[in-house]
Amino acid sequence: MNAAIPFSAQLINLFAAVILLLAFAMLAQRRMLALINLFALQGFTLCLSTLVVAVTTGQSHLYYSAGLTLLLKAMVLPWILHRLVRKLNVKSEVEALINIPTTMLVGLLLVMIAFNVALPISQLSQTITRGTLGIAMAVVMLAFLMMITRQKAITQVVGFLSMENGLFLAATSATYGMPIVVELGIAVIILGVFFFQIRDQFDSLDIRHMERLKDN
Amino acid sequence: MDFFILMLVIPLVSGALLTVVGERDWAPNLNIIASLGTFLAAVGLTAEIVANGPRFAFGEQFFIDSLNVFFVALTAFVGLTTSIFSGPYMRNEQEHGRLTRPRLRLYKSMYQLFMFTMLAALTTNNLGILWVAMEAATLTTVLLVSLYRTPARLEAAWKYFILCGVGIAQALFGTILLYFAAERVLGESGNALLWTHLIDVKAQLEPNIMALSFIFLLVGYGTKVGLAPLHNWLPDAHAEGPTPVSAVLSGLLLNVALYAILRCKVLADGAIPGDFAGKLMIGFGLFTLLVAAFFLSRQKDVKRMFAYSSIEHMGLITFAFGMGGPVANFAGLLHMTMHSLTKSAIFFAVGHATQKTGTQLMENIRGLIRINPLIGWGLMLGTLAILGMPPFGVFASEFMILTHAMKHYPWATPILLLGLGVAFAAIFGKVQPMVFGETEAKHLPHAPAITPVFLHLGIVLMLGLYIPPYLTRWFHEAARMLG
Repeated sequence: MNAAIPFSAQLINLFAAVILLLAFAMLAQRRMLALINLFALQGFTLCLSTLVVAVTTGQSHLYYSAGLTLLLKAMVLPWILHRLVRKLNVKSEVEALINIPTTMLVGLLLVMIAFNVALPISQLSQTITRGTLGIAMAVVMLAFLMMITRQKAITQVVGFLSMENGLFLAATSATYGMPIVVELGIAVIILGVFFFQIRDQFDSLDIRHMERLKDN
Repeated sequence: MDFFILMLVIPLVSGALLTVVGERDWAPNLNIIASLGTFLAAVGLTAEIVANGPRFAFGEQFFIDSLNVFFVALTAFVGLTTSIFSGPYMRNEQEHGRLTRPRLRLYKSMYQLFMFTMLAALTTNNLGILWVAMEAATLTTVLLVSLYRTPARLEAAWKYFILCGVGIAQALFGTILLYFAAERVLGESGNALLWTHLIDVKAQLEPNIMALSFIFLLVGYGTKVGLAPLHNWLPDAHAEGPTPVSAVLSGLLLNVALYAILRCKVLADGAIPGDFAGKLMIGFGLFTLLVAAFFLSRQKDVKRMFAYSSIEHMGLITFAFGMGGPVANFAGLLHMTMHSLTKSAIFFAVGHATQKTGTQLMENIRGLIRINPLIGWGLMLGTLAILGMPPFGVFASEFMILTHAMKHYPWATPILLLGLGVAFAAIFGKVQPMVFGETEAKHLPHAPAITPVFLHLGIVLMLGLYIPPYLTRWFHEAARMLG
């Protein structure tokens, strides 16, 4: 069976699996800077998988996507986040609302759900990398979980960006790249503006300070 | 020159211009003139579409038919009246020292860019561009919501950004799945995201993928529509943003997001056997209506309350489109129009009222009719209109939705009536003492712009009594397109 799968497809599946693994590692990571490094690594892996798809299919626009991913997701964004963490003196500890082992269990469950949902769809696809759709969906869900269970604005942003990684994986690997890729980085520009304003107002990036608006 | 290009270029260029030249005394007028230009171009475009039928622009990337030209006209019109309203409103804010000149500059340039992103989202034929435009609309409005740099405002903007960011990410996943389904039929070309191509092959799209795709699209764009349980950002953003922004968020952005769902629903309906998409929308619509109605009675902040009222109406409209068929679609489109006009008129009146009284807390706003009879009556009539009192147009559309529901989904009727009844009791009970009752007045340095309020209410009243035949034809045409 395995012999029937071409080498490139195996490579893409491997990279997709690494991305999923990194999503789990991010969920388990307690230190802010290490979390950002993991995110950078995820971006780098994403770039590699996009590159493999580009080489295999010969679609030139995927090379641009891979380059942009490398530049934005693996270098510029992690660098900005690093600087923010240091500049704003965010405590190095990630504060979770639910303890981490429980989060991991919930994460496992989400991955199973994602695979089950994606199964009938991946079977229909003729692309070499159909298996990655389930993985991409799992990455999106894990990132979502991270956004929900973390308290710091900066961790939420990492979760958001990781979610974009998952979407990007789905777009490049499962469908050979939709022509929308460049946009994904734009959302980030605004984030930087935001951090500084929140910093001004709250003296910290803790979401707990943001509880004023409620329906009582 | 082409009306369509003009309509997109005017807000884009004036947005850039307002950024570059900065806050001058004539900047508010430029804002109004640009909005007027956009509106006139939209009217020209509408006339062209009504006369010549659907057309493409920029190759096949943009497509205007009777469905979206109707939204375009509405968007440009409310955009114009809101810019007229915001002139004196923003000057008053400046006099009160709540906004500095750089902030005002940001406001005007973002306002124009926001109009641009909405018009682009409405007219595009490419579902990818639609997504990008929706994301851009989110980003511009995030900046608008956080215009006042207070903790509560930033919190609202942050919540808005994160929630809608996640929502828009879901929508992207839905779009990817849609492309996944489409490329099996249309092949790996740029055409696989073009709506006009997709509609031709909708019956061949794989139903399983389309079902999953539509769920993601509905949840994703639904976050922006304010469908429960993803509506949390909406009351905050409406209450904390400047009032003109509340008016365009409620009156326009929610419509645009719903429009995106409708375009996708047409495709999903063609691909999935059984009324899958419709049933999903009925469920979400009814749930939203009920949740919003019960939250309404607990509100203390006037803008928050009317934000919940917007959620309630969006639920009702989603329900109407969920039922489908020419009558329900007609009612849904009519209700969208009525809601846009009425709700923005209410926000105009509320904006002036909160400026006069210096608070958004309803218990501190009293006797508007004494302070300024026009504002008082504007708010009262607007409230009566939005609550569905005859002879206003909202009554007509709500009546159509209700009777259609009674005929085809009788089980939903009690839920609808309960939601509408609770909303009526909550809103009317709170607005009545605000308008009548005792108070001490405060004089504003700049006289408020009352014309937009009564212009909107006048149109709503007219449409309640008499819908001109060309408008009926237009609505019918659009409703037919939705299947």
